[in-house]
Amino acid sequence: MIHTAISYLALQQYWWVIIALIAGLLVFMLFVQGGQSFIFNLTKNETDRTMLLNTTGRKWEVTFTTLVTFGGAFFASFPLFYATSFGGAYWLWLALLLSFTIQAFSYEYRTKSGNIYGKKFFNSLLWTNGMFGPFLLGVIVATFFNGNDFLMVDSNIRESFWQNNWRGLESLTHWHNLALGFTVLFLSRVSGILYVMHTIDDNKLIAKAKKQLWYNAIPFVVFFLIFTIGLLLKPGYAVNADTGNVFMENHKYLHNFLDMPVVMILFLAGVAAVLTGIIKALLKTSGNDKAFWVTGPGIVLVVMCLFFVAGFNDTAFYPSSFDVNSSLTIQNASSSEFTLKTMAIVSLMIPFVLGYIVVAWRSINTNKINKAEMEDKESGTHMY
Amino acid sequence: MTLLSIDWALVNWSRAQFALTAMYHWIFVPITLGILFIIAFMETRYVRTGDPEWKRITKFWMKLFGINFALGVATGLILEFEFGTNWSTYSWFVGDIFGAPLAIEGIMAFFMESTFIAVMFFGWNKVSKKFHLTATWLTALGANLSALWILVANGWMQFPVGMEFNPDTARNEMVNFWDVFLSPVAINKFLHTITSGYVLASIFVIGVSSWFLLKKREQMMAKKSIIIASVFGFISLLAVIFTGHGSAQEVAEKQPMKLAAMEGLYQGSTGADLIGIGILNHKKEINDGEESTTFKISFPKILSWLSFGDTDAFVPGIEDLINGNEKYGIMPAQERMARGDTAILALKTYKEAQKSGDKTTAAANLDVFRAHYDHFGYGYIEKEKDLIPHVPLVFYSFHYMVATGFLYLLLFLVFLWLTYTNKIETIKWRKPLFILGIAAIPMVFITSEAGWIVVEVGRQPWVVQDLMPVSAGVTNISANSVQITFWIFAVIFTALLIAELNIMFRAIKKGPAKSQVESKNGEAKS
Ligand code: HDD
Ligand code: HEM
Ligand code: HEM
Repeated sequence: MIHTAISYLALQQYWWVIIALIAGLLVFMLFVQGGQSFIFNLTKNETDRTMLLNTTGRKWEVTFTTLVTFGGAFFASFPLFYATSFGGAYWLWLALLLSFTIQAFSYEYRTKSGNIYGKKFFNSLLWTNGMFGPFLLGVIVATFFNGNDFLMVDSNIRESFWQNNWRGLESLTHWHNLALGFTVLFLSRVSGILYVMHTIDDNKLIAKAKKQLWYNAIPFVVFFLIFTIGLLLKPGYAVNADTGNVFMENHKYLHNFLDMPVVMILFLAGVAAVLTGIIKALLKTSGNDKAFWVTGPGIVLVVMCLFFVAGFNDTAFYPSSFDVNSSLTIQNASSSEFTLKTMAIVSLMIPFVLGYIVVAWRSINTNKINKAEMEDKESGTHMY
Repeated sequence: MTLLSIDWALVNWSRAQFALTAMYHWIFVPITLGILFIIAFMETRYVRTGDPEWKRITKFWMKLFGINFALGVATGLILEFEFGTNWSTYSWFVGDIFGAPLAIEGIMAFFMESTFIAVMFFGWNKVSKKFHLTATWLTALGANLSALWILVANGWMQFPVGMEFNPDTARNEMVNFWDVFLSPVAINKFLHTITSGYVLASIFVIGVSSWFLLKKREQMMAKKSIIIASVFGFISLLAVIFTGHGSAQEVAEKQPMKLAAMEGLYQGSTGADLIGIGILNHKKEINDGEESTTFKISFPKILSWLSFGDTDAFVPGIEDLINGNEKYGIMPAQERMARGDTAILALKTYKEAQKSGDKTTAAANLDVFRAHYDHFGYGYIEKEKDLIPHVPLVFYSFHYMVATGFLYLLLFLVFLWLTYTNKIETIKWRKPLFILGIAAIPMVFITSEAGWIVVEVGRQPWVVQDLMPVSAGVTNISANSVQITFWIFAVIFTALLIAELNIMFRAIKKGPAKSQVESKNGEAKS
């Protein structure tokens, strides 16, 4: 194994950055869900629906895999989080999982003959995934700031005990969690529309999409402001760097932004990019087909910065609102130094993976989707 | 002991849920592993010869693959997160080692599979023939790589290596990645599992082709497919048998209780017989002096030879493992349980002493703990009897797997020979043969599931061999919650399986695309 002078703490921070990156990419990829959620109100006829689902459908696997990798990477690098949150917030995670499970086969089966439950059924599953997937993910991420009720007991094997019978569903009753849930939902719908503009060649559909962009961009901005202002004003879970004890600090997350100006700048740049993309698309009469690629990187940046404020600068990234000292930090929840180092070597493959994804992505997106392609049953392309 | 009393309802529902998800997942996985290679061979023929017929064949099997694949993904997602949702204590206890393969799997394998699968499905008229072919091969490679990592993880649970217990974090930590990755258990398991997937997929292709021959449709396609599948299946099956034997030797060495259950062996002996076919005596209890089988045909000394490469080697039985056997250095289970208690108590005292700053007590207890760590998991066992897995389930599953395994050897040879000599459509007993080919499909699915039953039921009560019993790894949650999710999954998966089968049958009935239209169109564009 390569011997390096990288400290344990640096490795933990490195892995938090990787987790943040995967989370950012995941939220970006939610344009697939966002697009799906328009299955009933953007498209009135079958051809339009086919175009919509075939453009998002060619990417659904990538989003799905990003979600799986997000789970796997969290398990490997911060297993105590994996154990505490997944086992504790049982119903919340299972709701999220179910909302994704129903997507995996719906594309493949909806138009196949013999699908017994009918096309409508599978279409509704796609809609459900499109709405609930992003929303629940947003709520879960918000628990990084608002905490959950668990107690960590460390007598023999370390175990956590959840303090209520709602098992995670209680997170849905906190307004700040809901604000992030709705933010992510409307954001994914916005980027879904931008992706439709980017990949479909059909003026009528684009015109309708543009109208929908208004209806979704405005709530997005509103919820985003509610969440962000709430975040900056609320007290946070700070860690005493010497003792490891956790205590409440007023305006903790505001302080984190101020203490880490780079993060603040990246966050603002990300927000600017998201808004620029949206405005560009709104201004052009025919909708802007490049806007997707302006908003996209912005989304990745904003999400990453939220993770940075949640975990860096002596902050507990998964706080316990029941017993602050049960809270998880990137130090006490992480894997051993050896494992993090091994995994760091594996992570060097990520640029390579991103590279081939780009190549494959481009090769399929060379031509826009149009009616003619959808109606040509013989060309041999796999159709959803 | 610090342990709260064990909630067996919770443990059993959690096991049932995991078993349900895993076994559903395993319906779809082995086809994926094998058929992708078969498709890649076919497409390679197409690119080499330019014959549009091969393209048509390739696409037909690809379509069936797609139908199957969708459910593999759906069930896999649940599994990945179930370690956290249902086995959270386990996830912390071994997450430092166990999480890594799962993450590597995502980064290395799943992305490869899911990226290139899109090119495979949607790229036909968009990328060059060569690029498309490369994508197909990479999809196959990605699927098999994902099998590698998950099986490394599973192999580690059967035979934990490359780690040390860290008393301060109260978990096992990885100290040597290569020991984990290159563990002989993991390697055998990986090779046996993927090659068994190839066998299963080959039989699937042969079975579907048999149906076409029976219906006198698409005979050319069916025969071409049979040739490829029977050659691939035959070679793979040789590897399956070889690695299956390797797996059995690993089990003999590392999980003697599992081996005893596989053979229904209560009293160990030197020069032990291997049971070929047998019926267990279901009244048999440990130490009652009864015979363990009511009927058997066995091969003398073969079990000793297969397990240890020596016809006179001693193979311990269940009673030896429970009562102990001084002559062969087997410690009685009671003794191991007592040592396990000592280890648990020492760990607890160590931690308390650490907190109160009592260095000497801490150090002394740490030594005690380390000396007894090999028996740590036994401290959680309540009764000796809990150490014995469900013998009949393991025994019959194992024998079914091996017996049908040898049968498929014959199946591949017959199909290959008859197709190669072009007699398959004329030979007198072709009808029963085709029906057998079709019937082999459900048979091989059971073979493959049986393999996992041997592995997983056979290792009970351990979730990590000797270190953590299932009852200690479970999430602290009400049994009711798990029971509800069990039924939710059971209903959803079953409903999906029904839809999948129906779609699959329709797609097979419809057959491949018509040849003329297809070739005109495909060639003009590609
Ligand atoms: C020997 C092979 C093998 C084994 C033992 C398992 N899997 Fe699997 N898994 C595959 C081989 C595979 C595959 C062939 O790669 C699949 C099947 C169909 C597919 O989509 O890929 C897959 C899919 C798949 C997916 C969806 C990936 C995606 O987004 O494409 C997940 C999350 C898992 N699996 C997770 C698991 C877990 C947690 C397992 C252990 C309990 C497990 N698998 C056992
Ligand atoms: C896909 C193939 C697999 C099948 C069909 C399978 C089958 C099973 C079965 C039948 C059980 C229940 C045993 C019992 O409770 O009696 C089980 C349990 C379990 N398996 Fe597997 N297994 C598979 C792969 C894996 C892999 C690859 C892992 C690890 C990475 C794994 C980890 C577990 C765990 C954690 C449990 C729950 C604890 C237990 O009941 O022992 N399984 N599996
Ligand atoms: C014909 C001779 C065969 C032998 C001697 C054999 C032997 C074994 C043994 C000993 C195990 C248990 C390994 C463990 O507990 O770790 C096993 C597992 C398994 N077997 Fe077989 N097997 C044979 C054929 C087959 C066939 C034909 C299939 C399927 C087509 C198959 C599929 C499996 C699967 C899926 C597993 C579980 C994964 C694993 O542990 O490798 N086996 N086999």
